[in-house]
Amino acid sequence: MLRYLKSPDVTGWLLAAPLVLVLAVFLVLPVLMIGVVSFWQATEFSIVPALSLENYEFLFGSAVTYDVFWNTFRYALIVWALTLGIGFTVAFFLAFHVRTLTWQIALALICTVPFWTSNVIRMISWIPFLGRNGIANSTLLSMGVIDQPLEWLLFSDFSVILAFVHLNTIFMIIPILNTMMRIDRSLIEAARDAGASGAQILWNVIIPLTKPGIMIGTIFVLTLVMGDFVTVRFMSGSQSANVGRLISNDVGLLQYPSASATAVVLLCAVLMVVGLLLRLVDIRKEL
Amino acid sequence: MEPRPRSFYILAAFFGLYVLFLYGPTITIGILSFQGPGGGLTFPMRGTSLNWFRELFETQAVGDIWGSFRRSFALGLMVMATTVIVSVMGGLAFRKRFIGSGVLFYLAITALVIPSILVSLGVGLVFTQAGLPIHWATSGFGAQLTWTLPFGLLVMFAVFNRFNPAYEEAARDQGASAWQVVRHVVLPIIAPSLMGVALFGFTLSYDEFARTLLTSGSYNTLPLEIYGMTTNVTTPVIFALGTLTTAFSFVVIGAFLLSVWVMNRRRARHGSDAGKGV
Repeated sequence: MLRYLKSPDVTGWLLAAPLVLVLAVFLVLPVLMIGVVSFWQATEFSIVPALSLENYEFLFGSAVTYDVFWNTFRYALIVWALTLGIGFTVAFFLAFHVRTLTWQIALALICTVPFWTSNVIRMISWIPFLGRNGIANSTLLSMGVIDQPLEWLLFSDFSVILAFVHLNTIFMIIPILNTMMRIDRSLIEAARDAGASGAQILWNVIIPLTKPGIMIGTIFVLTLVMGDFVTVRFMSGSQSANVGRLISNDVGLLQYPSASATAVVLLCAVLMVVGLLLRLVDIRKEL
Repeated sequence: MEPRPRSFYILAAFFGLYVLFLYGPTITIGILSFQGPGGGLTFPMRGTSLNWFRELFETQAVGDIWGSFRRSFALGLMVMATTVIVSVMGGLAFRKRFIGSGVLFYLAITALVIPSILVSLGVGLVFTQAGLPIHWATSGFGAQLTWTLPFGLLVMFAVFNRFNPAYEEAARDQGASAWQVVRHVVLPIIAPSLMGVALFGFTLSYDEFARTLLTSGSYNTLPLEIYGMTTNVTTPVIFALGTLTTAFSFVVIGAFLLSVWVMNRRRARHGSDAGKGV
């Protein structure tokens, strides 16, 4: 008996038991449940168990679905490109241009603190900035750049993407910074001694060595944007749609089976993207 | 020290702009929440007053803000404590490979990448179909853990990847039991990182919206209450609430960071406690 207790498999599972329990009850079971319910049928007042493909037939038969999925991918790609550009530049500055560890930590913390505050409030905060009479419009008007207020600043694709970048760039900065900090500085010196220019060092040394961090940041940003429904609803003023909103609209109408079918398709799309990216990076090694 | 290259100043300016982009909107609503009684949601300021903060304290005006704050605070503490304990145990478990550890790791990653609405919808469905009441302290609590636990676990991975096993070996050589090694060697060394896990646990729970949306039942948490207000409140009172809860978050974050700093300082001052016994 004691021999079994000392086996690494048993102690491993005992220590991981609470984690397993939480993930089983609040992740695996709910996902299975969604899978099952996606074959059920909805009446006006309740949902009834069934084995029907109706929800999927409706989903794939509707042109709206394809538009919405395309829109979701479009948001994800644009936000990914922007967060990568900003996140890489910020991380590069912190890792290679800030000279003391204390300052690096302090400045990285400045970037991180908003992540620990409320996303909903951070979205609301854009209203006085982007609104019809907001700061952006009044500044541009007084500078004479425009004659009348721009209407597309708030409640548009522009504001949705702005908010996504605002909320999610931190998910690029931290993983990229983490890998950059571990780059052996003598490699850069060696490249410089061998006559490489700054741009060549960046392109041929730093970027290849930063790839794992970029991949992890990419996974975060893509999955967060693809799975979002709050940002799109709030920042587009309910004028744009993504898959998350499709699901939450169905939930609002108590159409759980059709919401579940959409959720299953969304989950497959997200897991495919993540699966693809995980083939390019070993996360556990990079932490 | 060699002079800074020109690229430093360009990148520093870029960084400055990014920080402005990050904090600008929050500072804006901070200022606007002191709008005079006749002021609106944007500039110009029509005088300054504490009018909108005062309105927050008149309960009937804008729903059950204080009740939702109490719930969010309690839930944050519950999630924080659970996240710390479960993450430390999970982190310890993953230090050695065991059968199924790979699957479990990818399950935790799945929890991190799965769209939050799926967790919300799925947990809600499981509870209703099982006939259990949906409540923020049960279904909401569990749904939030699927988001905070993977973060806690990732922090623990980072910690244990850098952990020097020589300390434990030394303790074991002195005859310490497995539990004593964890209690008197491992935990004190990782204590500052545990504050980090706790910070993630509390703040991510306190601000969580999507995962709580369909799992909190009839009593709203604070983010849900605030989101509800966006559809029917058109006065700066919402900015006042935003300012107040952001200030609260800053206090919490500051307290955590300060405690980590104090811990590290104390450790640096006392140095090794070798020979002092346990």
